[in-house]
Amino acid sequence: MTDFADRTGTGGPPVADAPPVADALLDLEGVTVRFGARPALDAVDLRVAAHEIVCVLGPSGSGKSTLLRVVAGLQTADAGRVLLDGADQVGVPVHRRGVGLMFQDHQLFPQRDVAGNVAFGLRMRGAGRTEQTLRVEELLELVGLPGAGRRAVATLSGGEQQRVALARALAPRPKLLMLDEPLGQLDRSLRERLVVELRQLFAQLGTTVLAVTHDQGEAFALADRVVVMCDGRIAQAGSPLDVWQRPASEFVARFLGFDNVVAATVSGEAADTVWGKVPVPAGSPQGAGRLLVRPAGVRLVPVADGLPCTVFARTFRGHHVAVQLRPADGGPRLEAECPLRDAPAEGADVGVAFAADEVVLLRE
Amino acid sequence: MAAPVAFFALFFAYPVVAIVGRGLKPGGTWQLGRIAEVLGDPDIRGVLWFTTWQAVASTVLTLLIALPAAYVFARLDFPGKQVLRAVVTVPFVLPTVVVGTAFLAMVGRGGLLDELWGVRLDTTVWAILLAHVFFNYAVVVRTVGGLWSQLDPRQEEAARVLGAGRFAAWRRVTLPALAPAVAAAALMVFLFTFTSFGVVQILGGPAFSTLEVEIYRQTATFLDLPTAAVLTLVQFAAVGAILAVHAWTVRRRETALKLVDPEQTSRRPRGAAQWALLGGVLATVLLLILLPLGVLVERSLDGPDGYGFLYYRALRGAVDGGGAFLVPPLEAVWNSLEYAVVATAIALVVGGLAAAALTRRAGRLVRGFDALLMLPLGVSAVTVGFGFLITLDKPPLDLRTSWILVPLAQALVGVPFVVRTMLPVLRAVDGRLREAAAVLGASPLRAWREVDLPLVRRALLVAAGFAFAVSLGEFGATVFIARPDNPTLPVAVARLLGRAGDLNYGQAMALSTILMVVCAVSLLVLERLRPARSVSGEF
Repeated sequence: MTDFADRTGTGGPPVADAPPVADALLDLEGVTVRFGARPALDAVDLRVAAHEIVCVLGPSGSGKSTLLRVVAGLQTADAGRVLLDGADQVGVPVHRRGVGLMFQDHQLFPQRDVAGNVAFGLRMRGAGRTEQTLRVEELLELVGLPGAGRRAVATLSGGEQQRVALARALAPRPKLLMLDEPLGQLDRSLRERLVVELRQLFAQLGTTVLAVTHDQGEAFALADRVVVMCDGRIAQAGSPLDVWQRPASEFVARFLGFDNVVAATVSGEAADTVWGKVPVPAGSPQGAGRLLVRPAGVRLVPVADGLPCTVFARTFRGHHVAVQLRPADGGPRLEAECPLRDAPAEGADVGVAFAADEVVLLRE
Repeated sequence: MAAPVAFFALFFAYPVVAIVGRGLKPGGTWQLGRIAEVLGDPDIRGVLWFTTWQAVASTVLTLLIALPAAYVFARLDFPGKQVLRAVVTVPFVLPTVVVGTAFLAMVGRGGLLDELWGVRLDTTVWAILLAHVFFNYAVVVRTVGGLWSQLDPRQEEAARVLGAGRFAAWRRVTLPALAPAVAAAALMVFLFTFTSFGVVQILGGPAFSTLEVEIYRQTATFLDLPTAAVLTLVQFAAVGAILAVHAWTVRRRETALKLVDPEQTSRRPRGAAQWALLGGVLATVLLLILLPLGVLVERSLDGPDGYGFLYYRALRGAVDGGGAFLVPPLEAVWNSLEYAVVATAIALVVGGLAAAALTRRAGRLVRGFDALLMLPLGVSAVTVGFGFLITLDKPPLDLRTSWILVPLAQALVGVPFVVRTMLPVLRAVDGRLREAAAVLGASPLRAWREVDLPLVRRALLVAAGFAFAVSLGEFGATVFIARPDNPTLPVAVARLLGRAGDLNYGQAMALSTILMVVCAVSLLVLERLRPARSVSGEF
């Protein structure tokens, strides 16, 4: 019997982080960090190419902040190597690594004004006064706060603080810019706008970026490549589209908000599940495993034509309605995506059919 | 952490242990029987009893008088509040000798009350109690009021909405939140009054004697070291117990209370009750704090031929016949200032290092060290002073003839204040600010200079001021080790008071006034420097 996990190399998405390009700017090799007995990072391999924007995505406690702290040198690895530009960073103190880190809550220096904060890294590198002034002006312009240099940090709004923190991190031209939950504390509309601005800015500057976030929207909008972490390990890495369309494991699927997961045995073009026969894409690996049907692939049909279900909840989602279904014959609940006008009422009995192109076979 | 520990071991533990050892182990054998013998002495028992009950009475009296003031300073807004807050703190940094002298001028022979109504209190315990209240008023107002002003008034409002009356809401919500601060303040007052020396020495006369005064008397007058050693141990045990309870209450106070900006919790008084309270507190401050200080100044100017600067001029004169002074008393001012500057520097270095060590580490050991740092406040200063004389007198450390001895003893008392002031501020510096600086290329030393130092600069100045004022007023240890030709201000005041004659009395008043002005000015300067986001003070 073949397991889904064995399909690596059979044309599916890469399950481990394969180097996308040869010249890695950052290279983590088997990095492990333990707090007591619990590993915060468990043999993590990760490569970030120059000019690439990589976003590490994961729930809180998955080890993603520790990852940044190891690269910055704020945390020593218990095992493994960190290479920047091919040079092993063991023994290199934080202030000589030449990386930038934007802290989650910005950590602007309260006793300095905006310009003093932005110029800090330049001063540490011994830049002259004229150079500092020019660079500060240039960066404040870049982040959309021209002329704010004399303002006190305490008078800035959340969004402005975020911009100043970004300018401060960018000012010394770090070879790698790391962002820890860069937009975490901002409200939704501001976040959506800034994500677009950040991506444009990084593209324009050619900055190499390693960001961590728990917000999938942020990660997908910002990144060239997304790395999903779970319990200190990398669960999946790939382009945003790839990860979104073909989550590799049940953990990734559920973390992305897909809950239509069920045990399945695949034979040929269909799988046996408690929901009945579910069609699978051509060329799917055979055998027992778990299977995801994305809500868009759950079609409502007359009761007689499909799996009989009862609607027990409806959630308005803007351009569609998420319909929660309870199968009449038991089995996990299902979520379906319905156009606004066709959504059935709560309590209605409906039939369910599955679309093969929205079905994903998961590892494990 | 090594440097502060070494400092305390050498200049605190070693002298104290040595003198206790000398008392209890004459000729190399322990004579622990002395302990029972001394404790069985009815006179000593009387001293113990008096020490305890006057401390309890002083503490209760201070709480009764100062708690309403804590409320007024925390919750009411009135013009001149900042200045008044500074004014009530002045007595705390005043040398005990000055406080004693001021009360003597008010309630003693020929004092204000004597002149007006023929009332004298200097032979009664009331003079001591009132002086203790005067001294410790600020401890309660600052410790309790500081927390009170940061308690969210909406907690009480929530209780009111839920049906509690005004008093019930206060009793059920505010009082429990305040209780640890009240307990901590009460314990500090108890500690200070239990070990009271200068005040009792000057106001108590032969009738009243606290442990510390008795230790002094046994050591200096009767040269009875064994008795002094036993009494030192008794006081040490008592102080240790008080500090242990204090540390416990402080830890309880740190439990999560929702604190808010004090700016937002106070408002202008409303209603007759609040106005009456405000009036009462202002009257108390006037009578209890300002009057004794005023009388002191008045006496210093009130010469035999009417008001004038006679006594001040006399301070410049050299030997005035009595032979108590080898130098003009005014020179004591310069001695004191020089000693205090050096003592402040030592206290800042030692206390700053200790506070930094306490910030970086945690755990039981560190908490123990934290409590240890408070010990010099309570351990008999007389013992420390005498211990200095007998231990630091031989090579490799022969300091007996060195001027540094006095600043060293004074720094010992200054260190606890430095640690108390620096610790909350250092703890409040977010470690990630240092990390942010490091990532931006600052070496650890540079990060400390760029991040920590600017944030703690004001606290450092405040600590320096406290250490300076305390060093200036230190009496118990200095009286032993200051050389006759180099007296400090408090020592000179005590010597003048110890001798008969109007001129000596007047000069004591004048010298005390000078000391008071120096202390008050340094404090008022500090009050302006107080961090805007001030953490509720310990003292």
